[in-house]
Amino acid sequence: MREVISTGNQLAAKAAVEAGAMFFGGYPITPSSEIMHESSDMLPAVGGTCIQMEDEIAGISAALGASMTGVKSFTATSGPGISLKAEQIGLGFIAEIPLVIINVMRGGPSTGLPTRVSQADIGQAQYPTHGDYASITLCAGSLTECYTETVRAFNLAETYMTPVFMLLDETIGHMHGKAEIPDLEEIQANNVTRATNYCEPADYLPYDAEMNKPAVLNPMFKGYKYHVTGLHHGPTGFPSEDAYQCEFNIERLVGKINTVHLENNGLDDLPDYEEVDLEDAEVCIIAYGSIALGAYEAVQKLRAEGIKAGLFRPIMIWPSPINRLEEIGAKFKDKILVTELNMGQYSREIERIIKRNDFTKLLKANGRPIAPAEMVAKVKEMM
Amino acid sequence: MAFNYDAYLRVEKMPTLWCWGCGDGVILKATIRAIKKMGWDMDEVCVISGIGCSGRFSSYIDCNTIHTTHGRTIAYATGVKLANPHAKVIVVAGDGDGLAIGGNHTIHGCRRNIDMNFILINNFIYGLTNSQTSPTTPQGMWTVSQKAGNIDPTFDACKLAIGAGASFVARESMLDPKKLEKVLVKGFQHKGFSFMDILSNCHINLGRKNKMVSAMDNLKWIDGITLPLKKWEALSEEEQLNIFPTGVLRQVEQDEYTEMYAKIIASHRDGAPKITQDDFKKKI
Repeated sequence: MREVISTGNQLAAKAAVEAGAMFFGGYPITPSSEIMHESSDMLPAVGGTCIQMEDEIAGISAALGASMTGVKSFTATSGPGISLKAEQIGLGFIAEIPLVIINVMRGGPSTGLPTRVSQADIGQAQYPTHGDYASITLCAGSLTECYTETVRAFNLAETYMTPVFMLLDETIGHMHGKAEIPDLEEIQANNVTRATNYCEPADYLPYDAEMNKPAVLNPMFKGYKYHVTGLHHGPTGFPSEDAYQCEFNIERLVGKINTVHLENNGLDDLPDYEEVDLEDAEVCIIAYGSIALGAYEAVQKLRAEGIKAGLFRPIMIWPSPINRLEEIGAKFKDKILVTELNMGQYSREIERIIKRNDFTKLLKANGRPIAPAEMVAKVKEMM
Repeated sequence: MAFNYDAYLRVEKMPTLWCWGCGDGVILKATIRAIKKMGWDMDEVCVISGIGCSGRFSSYIDCNTIHTTHGRTIAYATGVKLANPHAKVIVVAGDGDGLAIGGNHTIHGCRRNIDMNFILINNFIYGLTNSQTSPTTPQGMWTVSQKAGNIDPTFDACKLAIGAGASFVARESMLDPKKLEKVLVKGFQHKGFSFMDILSNCHINLGRKNKMVSAMDNLKWIDGITLPLKKWEALSEEEQLNIFPTGVLRQVEQDEYTEMYAKIIASHRDGAPKITQDDFKKKI
């Protein structure tokens, strides 16, 4: 373990470089800019490249271009930037280009509340662009997770050949404090290297993947001359409008993430959620990101007052931990409090999974956090 | 011996999607001959295209190829080249791609001077999507979005590139494939951002509605609006108004971006001195 004193944004940049990223393309935007600032020092120090492009679209395009050649890449932005990057994210999905997209969430829509906290991009992370696909989205709930979950985002992106969203929020991105992070050797030993197909170049079919499996895209400039396109394509990578092929493509793009997540109860060996004092609890608070920091305190305060509260904190937001949320819905019935900094974007997912809407919501969308006292008061109302 | 294009093409993709008599095929062949002249290994070449008829360019040429989104070619190419400074990067875009939706990337591509070759296939119209006005559609011409005649002032792509600081700017048409090949070779040889405005025909979706019914009519029109730079300079200002100069319009030596970035890496890794204003002749 290493002990560092840092901010969430700085830790995310550190994680990216230590996860093996060699390219950053981005554009300044509050509250994520420090990720680019850090990268501009850290990447050249390992022989990598950090470039501030002319706009948000160019930032992600450059990062995707680098990743298409086989180089681990990332970009960082906030909500308005994701809106601008949306079309390129779609190319990342259909062409199966690994990319970590860090979104430090601020209040929206539009310019919204640039310097204030929000968690209103939960829905945007699920469906950032047109068309059908499945998104992987992680959400950091502590300074340590700004590091560990960003590393995880790179490993998931390279394993599943897809863009992965790493969500921070303004509070956690700018939070400055002590954090324990794993040793560099441990991180490097577990870094995922993109799969390569070492066949004869003449036999190479980059997109010849089975149902629910990712494409195997070899690094460029190594003798495997292939084609990458945002059009629907067959096994060769060249455009195809064949009805069977297009249907297979979409089912595979969605299935390689959603079906695999459901069947394997996760996309990797790491936890998709954290539970605090849930075993003997009579009421369950569901919170994620910086708001969960307040929820830990609310649980303690409620227990001190004799109310057995517990916390469920999702870390992997998309795909959501469906099996566990179903169990929680069945166990706690209407004694569930979902609290988040938006008008109920994750609450809707819980409603979809537990197929009930009798739980309580504590929502806020004015750029201010939710205090533990507010959660305590709300739970007392419920009991 | 006849030139063997097959060695550079994905022959199984022939015939192309392009219309009978389209200039894009001439530009594709000239590009291939220029690559051969340069002696480039196709494993080292990356062709990046955008959206529109020119977007299909990348699928026909047998190297590392990327068919990107509308207008973003230079931005993708920037990532490809910075992550792989050894690569030979050719960007192909149309007039809509490079001057309308992707205009910002063209400006900043010219400014940064990354060693890549930008071929703007300029056919004065949105051809693939059936004749909408492009930034280079001459005023007064019929387009499907301006049926009473285009009133949008036109764009001189090379003036934009020069203004934005491109270190190599050339214009040629596909009328003379040998000349075109020569200009492409000059651009490929140039270290830095090579901007090449290549005029092409679209008799199907520009010509037919604008008194240029056949490919030949369209080519004659292009012939009439172009003149080699030396001859163009001898024209009066009034005559110059309706003629585009061709050939190399600007070529200067300028710091190349990946080489400058190598210095950034050296200062971070090897303790090499940081870059300061004193390192540049032009300080403002």
